[in-house]
Order: sequence, then C-alpha cells, then structure tokens
Amino acid sequence: MNKNDPSRDLAKAFPASADDLQRLHQRLSAAAQADGILDIAYRTVDTPVGTLLLAATDAGLVRVAYASEDHDTVLRTLSDRISPRVLHAPARLDATARELDEYFAGRRHSFDLPLDWQLAHGFRRTVLTHLTDIGYGRTASYAAVAQLAGSPKAVRAVGTACATNPLPIVVPCHRVVRSDGSMGGYLGGVDAKRTLLTLEASA
Amino acid sequence: MTGKHPFETVVATHGARVLRVCRAVLGHADADDAWSETFLSAMKAYPDLPADANVEAWLVTIAHRKAIDITRAAARRAIPVAEASNRVTTPAPDDPKIDDDLVEALAALPVKQRQAVAYHYLGDLPYADIAVILGGSTAAARRAAADGIATLRRTYPGVTARNGEPR
Repeated sequence: MNKNDPSRDLAKAFPASADDLQRLHQRLSAAAQADGILDIAYRTVDTPVGTLLLAATDAGLVRVAYASEDHDTVLRTLSDRISPRVLHAPARLDATARELDEYFAGRRHSFDLPLDWQLAHGFRRTVLTHLTDIGYGRTASYAAVAQLAGSPKAVRAVGTACATNPLPIVVPCHRVVRSDGSMGGYLGGVDAKRTLLTLEASA
Repeated sequence: MTGKHPFETVVATHGARVLRVCRAVLGHADADDAWSETFLSAMKAYPDLPADANVEAWLVTIAHRKAIDITRAAARRAIPVAEASNRVTTPAPDDPKIDDDLVEALAALPVKQRQAVAYHYLGDLPYADIAVILGGSTAAARRAAADGIATLRRTYPGVTARNGEPR
C-alpha cells in the first residue's frame, strides 16, 4: 500500500469504468421508468439545425431546445419548473427522434406526437396551438396568427409566444414571418429559420 | 436559479465514487445491485432533499443501508460461511487489472474498519460524516479507518514493495 496515498491503490482495486457506469445508468433509467419516477427523460439528436435537446414527461414531449439556448441551462430550468427527477433516457424519445429524422429528410410534413403543453400558458399557449394550422411549406404573418388566435390586435404577443415556444420545429413557429415577407427573428437563430423554411419549400 | 440540479447531474457527479464504495464494502458481485438500489431510492427522495444538502454524504448513507440490506438478505438465504466470505472477494470478471490482493485484504478487515476505509478513502467523506453513518464519535470513525489502513499495510505489500523499494 502506497504510504502517502492509500486512496490511489484503493481506487485501482475498486474501479468504476465508464462502461460500468453506462450499464448501471441504463439499468437506473429502466427501473425509474418502471417505478413511475422518471419525471423527465431527455436525449439529444444531431440535425441540420444543430444538436437539439429533446425532453419528455410521461404526458409527452415537453421541450425541444436549440444548442444556442444552452442545454445545461434548459435542463436546470426543467428541473426547477417541473421536477428534478431528470435522467438522460433516450428510449422515451425514440419516436420523437425518428419523426425529426423523417422531417429533416423531407419525408414528414406533420408530427404525430403526444405533446405536454405545461411550459406554455394562457394566450401564448393559445397562439402556439394555432401554429399547426399553418401547413407545411406555408408561412403566415404575425398579424395573421393573431387573428387565428382570436386576438387580431395582439401581434406583439404572438411574437413573444413564438420567441418562447417550448417546442420549436414540432410546433412550427418558424412558419411565422413578418407582414412584409421578410423572415423575422427566430429563437433558434435566423439561419435555423432559413434552413427550415428552405427545407419545407423544396420538399 | 434557486432549485437543485437535475438528478442526471447527481448520477454523473457521484456515480463513480458510489460504485467504488459499494464494491469495497460488498464486493464486485453485489455492488451493482447496491448501486442501483441506492440511486433508485435517492431519485425517489430527491425532490424532498434540501437544496443545500451534502449530496455525497446522503448517497453514501443510502448505500450504507442498502449494503446492510443486501448482506442480511444474503445471510437469510443461508449461504455457507466460506461461500459468504467469498462474496466480498469476487473480482469483476471484465477487468484484468483489478488488484485481487488488495480486494482480499480489504474484505478481510472487520466490517466497521472496511466501511470507514471505504467511506473515507473512496467516498471522500470526512470522519464527522462517517461517524453519523456508522454511529459513534468522529474519533472512533477516524480510529476505525486508521486501524484498517494499518492492517492493509501489513497484509497487502502494495506497489511500492512490489517494485523492490522499502515499505
């Protein structure tokens, strides 16, 4: 035994390899799911608009986040607002990942996923639920969406609802553009918005 | 943000240390079960854990109780004594680098010494926290670990001696 540092010899005798920990993590995710305590499962997917974070509760997809939103911060917010029982557990998001794959390949024009709307409230939620009315490959102005949501004057509020959309891409706030036809802002960045609109225009 | 980290961060930060502790206290064969049960019950209780709690000490405390449960369950299954003592010495089958001698030397320690050594040297806990887990005083926890290390130095020559240098 090393005279000065018994912990080094002990750590070598009782290892904890990355493989071991990955295996145990998978076992934990499965057990947590089975016990009904996996409040939020998440994974990431690589897409043409960067790495996306996907998070789901038992009720459905609750959050899609761009890398620019900082995924660690997003997870911390989910932990605060919904539950700290959060695990990297890809299985629950298999269908979401598959549908996003199909969407980016141009083969899917609408998403068929259970959604958990709990991060969107009030009028913002009303706005977001109307966005799927704008069909694939189409766009609508902020003013038109305000009308769809039943408050024609709430143009600015529509902008806020889009900017705080917890489920971008799946809930297509990228299809909302300025009345003059210019693209307008986007929570995932203007480049991402252009990529999505170009993809939908060409498919 | 005022709340606590996502549980994933707890697993990522403390998973390795808790696994080493479980392996040292229980042996490689039962360590997986102990680790899994520890983190599952920690995850259940996590929302109620105070945000400023010492997470490492909390996890080792749970692991300590799970290890006792597993040891008792094994005893109830009436495994013969010889076989039961083998349980703690089973090396992980997939890692040829494991130092069997030290594993055996640690397994041969009295249980309290083994726990004190594991919780301090692998779990990184101060003796005050270990005293709470084991019961008894901080001084007693420190003494148990010191006695354990002294015995290990006698029974396990270690790398230094193996290289031909004086111990």
